[in-house]
Amino acid sequence: MSGHPSPIAPNKDRENLESVVVRFAGDSGDGIQLTGGRFTDETALAGNDLVTFPDFPAEIRAPIGTTYGVSAFQIQFGSDSIQTAGDAPDVLVCMNPAALKVNIADLKIGGVIISDVGTFTDKNIEKAGYKNNPLEDASLKDYRTINIDISKLTLESVKETGVNKRDGQRCKNMWTLGLVSWMYERDIIRTVNWLEVKFNKQSDIAAANIAALKAGHAFGETAELPSSLPVFAVSPAKFPKGEYRTVTGTSALAWGLTAGCNLAELKLFFASYPITPASPLLHTLASLKEYNVTTFQAEDEIAAACAAIGASYGGALGVTSSSGPGIALKTEAIGLAIAAELPLLVVNAQRAGPSTGMPTKTEQSDLYLAVYGRNADSPMVVLAPRSSSDCFDVGMQAVQIATKFMTPVMILTDTFLVNAAEPWLLPDVDKIEAFPAQFRTDPNNFMPFARDEETGARPWVRPGTPGLTHRLGGLERGANTGNVSNDPDNHQKMTLARRNKILGIADKIPLQEIDLGDSEGDLAVVGWGSTYGSINQAVLSIREQGYKVSHIHVRNIWPLPSNLKDLLSGFKKILVPELNTGQLLTIIRAEYLANARGLNKVAGKPFRISEVEHAIKQCLDK
Amino acid sequence: MNNQTSKAELTIQDFTSDQEIRWCPGCGDYAIVKGVRKALAEIGTPPEKVVFVSGIGCAARFPYYMETYGFHTIHGRAPSFATGIKLANPDLDVWVVGGDGDMLSIGGNHTFHVMRRNVDVNILLFNNEIYGLTKGQYSPTSKIGTRSPSTPDGSLDYPVDPALFALGVGGKFVARAYDIGQKILPEVLKRAHSNNGASFVEILQNCHVYNDGVFEQVRDKGSIENQLFCEQGKPLIFGKDRDKGIRLNREKLSLEVVSLQDPGVTEADILIHEETNNILAKLLAEMRPPNGPMAFGVLYADPVQSYDSAVQEKVGHGTKGICDLNSLIRKGHTWSV
Ligand code: SF4
Repeated sequence: MSGHPSPIAPNKDRENLESVVVRFAGDSGDGIQLTGGRFTDETALAGNDLVTFPDFPAEIRAPIGTTYGVSAFQIQFGSDSIQTAGDAPDVLVCMNPAALKVNIADLKIGGVIISDVGTFTDKNIEKAGYKNNPLEDASLKDYRTINIDISKLTLESVKETGVNKRDGQRCKNMWTLGLVSWMYERDIIRTVNWLEVKFNKQSDIAAANIAALKAGHAFGETAELPSSLPVFAVSPAKFPKGEYRTVTGTSALAWGLTAGCNLAELKLFFASYPITPASPLLHTLASLKEYNVTTFQAEDEIAAACAAIGASYGGALGVTSSSGPGIALKTEAIGLAIAAELPLLVVNAQRAGPSTGMPTKTEQSDLYLAVYGRNADSPMVVLAPRSSSDCFDVGMQAVQIATKFMTPVMILTDTFLVNAAEPWLLPDVDKIEAFPAQFRTDPNNFMPFARDEETGARPWVRPGTPGLTHRLGGLERGANTGNVSNDPDNHQKMTLARRNKILGIADKIPLQEIDLGDSEGDLAVVGWGSTYGSINQAVLSIREQGYKVSHIHVRNIWPLPSNLKDLLSGFKKILVPELNTGQLLTIIRAEYLANARGLNKVAGKPFRISEVEHAIKQCLDK
Repeated sequence: MNNQTSKAELTIQDFTSDQEIRWCPGCGDYAIVKGVRKALAEIGTPPEKVVFVSGIGCAARFPYYMETYGFHTIHGRAPSFATGIKLANPDLDVWVVGGDGDMLSIGGNHTFHVMRRNVDVNILLFNNEIYGLTKGQYSPTSKIGTRSPSTPDGSLDYPVDPALFALGVGGKFVARAYDIGQKILPEVLKRAHSNNGASFVEILQNCHVYNDGVFEQVRDKGSIENQLFCEQGKPLIFGKDRDKGIRLNREKLSLEVVSLQDPGVTEADILIHEETNNILAKLLAEMRPPNGPMAFGVLYADPVQSYDSAVQEKVGHGTKGICDLNSLIRKGHTWSV
């Protein structure tokens, strides 16, 4: 939801808002992500709907005070449905001049800037690329500036805990969190508890952080309050009944894969090699051993893919993950899984490319890689979750498809999805129907490449099964026998069998639904993956203005849902917004000969709702 | 790996698949497949508990000829597939087969890491010092000066010794055999099998078509004077008349050949083979004519816990039974509306 301050009756003397966007920004060493994470937790507890957008620099610890070392965390929360992290912040918290410099352009006119003036030294101002102190010249006259010496106040607040100056200064983020929590009536008690647990072996550090947090909170209530410090109330959102938590795409996917494997009665074998932004999935799964998960940090991307395929050959479900450059390295191995017809999951947390590109920035530019990016005719299934919580369902669906059809499946997430958090209505996993994997054990008439009539899948045999010893590999396999074959007709037959098996999945997956709007109209906006929230909100707003526009969001990228072509034929125009230069667009045009056009952004950032809205209007006008 | 069968009467036939062998006539691989089948029959693991994994190359066709489970994978990556198989299905006997190009050139990294990790798989590296399947280019084990289609004036780069490589990357079991050495090959393979951890066996193999006779001095008929068969606890003595021995030159810290006929040499001067001695293993691995005989047998065996068994200790329960997923997704903070 876009965050217009609502003029409804003020709650005591707090300004009542429907939704608000806050961005914390500072040095990568300032603990910005941690501050954002804690504020998210407090906000969830307050009952608001929310979406977050953590935005990291590529450097772990860039030189202090530089613009390229600025880390940011944005959250939108509100009393109504929230689907994006917000187009523009209402409040910008700047821990230094560089953070102001990098983020000011995004701030809403009239928005609030809270700055730690203690860091606005001549040196830092110059490092950020300012000629004069921006807090003192007229450059911020369109905003409400609140200047507080957070550095100094933090040090004063931790004095009694006895920590040294360096450790004391590191509590600045907690002081700031305390202040912002007070501005929005957030309860800090959970953060206090959290700090006690986090620093349970360093009681002085815990005490200092808690002291700073409380001091920041108290600052708002005391006489020191600057008259311009605004205070707000955001009422709880009206959620459907149920149990909730906040979840990132990484956690939801890890749990979805784990749940899927449990429902398939398989061991989950996860092999990966560290890469931004995919590594958190490895970290999450590494602590799920008691859920029948084995993780393996391989020596490289290729070994990770190969070990995962080996595990599937061995009768577990092999999963490998990476981001674009690493996926490129895995493609030969994926080809073997396609040829040998073994289940395999490949998680691709897309990032801005090509090559190393912008490792910490989001993009949707590996759709070609997923659908087309292998040597020879080598089709595989491609799925794309639309939101953090949707990763759970997609993880389970991927397990089911891979094992039922004996095929690799690629799951396309992205930097935004893996890091972004949102509330999630927790499902009752016990009520989800199990889909146990079928292993062949009967030696009678066994043929390794005989196909199931319904699915086109060959039998899966766990080595160790008596009477079923057989050999398979990357050399073309004879239909049925699986023996090495260079026969021309056989290759034609097997290539088509592999193709048709994958295309046939389109008939076994749910039909494409229209996410918003009618089944006919002037324009269909077709999206995929993490852009769901922006597109949905834009279409909602356009429809409120009376336009006949619908939103269709595709989860099954390959094969495409069997009814998508028919659905699209109900619209005069088709617009495909993507964070790439037009990849789903190409596929839709190629598959359906449809006259679709694209909205394409490759700036390392999600769409703004306003960008999509603008493009829709343009598309309708032309 | 200890998959002993209850019925002890497995034969070579039980491990012979119905596929026609497609190596060139006269290729050393024929002898190796025979030796491996013999060893497997003697080891007695039921064929369905055995998996052969290979990469790409002449040697990598091996799994097709074994009546066991087999996976012919992609170039250089067999050790990685084998690692996944062993971790997913620890009851299996996993064998990896590859050539010098497959395992030390394109796949060198994986050979390194499977050894370092000590995954319980048996690695058979058929070393013929040439690329066979791609028609005779020099390989990373080719001697300097090897003329080949890609090195018409002779190769310029220094070769790697497979056994020495395996020791260098932390291998805990390193042995050497040769294709037609049908006495030592099955014995070495049985030892490799009984080792719990990564077992590395370099097998000198004659490529009859592209590198014929490259091991003439140490492999072919009449090379007994250049063959040292190492046995645990026994003196390092060799030669047809067993009249030569290996002595440590203390000044140079190297091995030297001495004649037992030499009056200045006593039995006590001859080194006793000690498999757990890593330094001795390295010295033996790099020795070859003209500086001494080629060492065969188990050069090094100093077992430690295998990676896969350490992993299994950490993983919860088996593949049966549904875990409490509801509690998993509710870990941490939740709230109700
Ligand atoms: S090319 Fe050489 S190694 Fe390959 S099968 Fe022929 S003889 Fe054997």
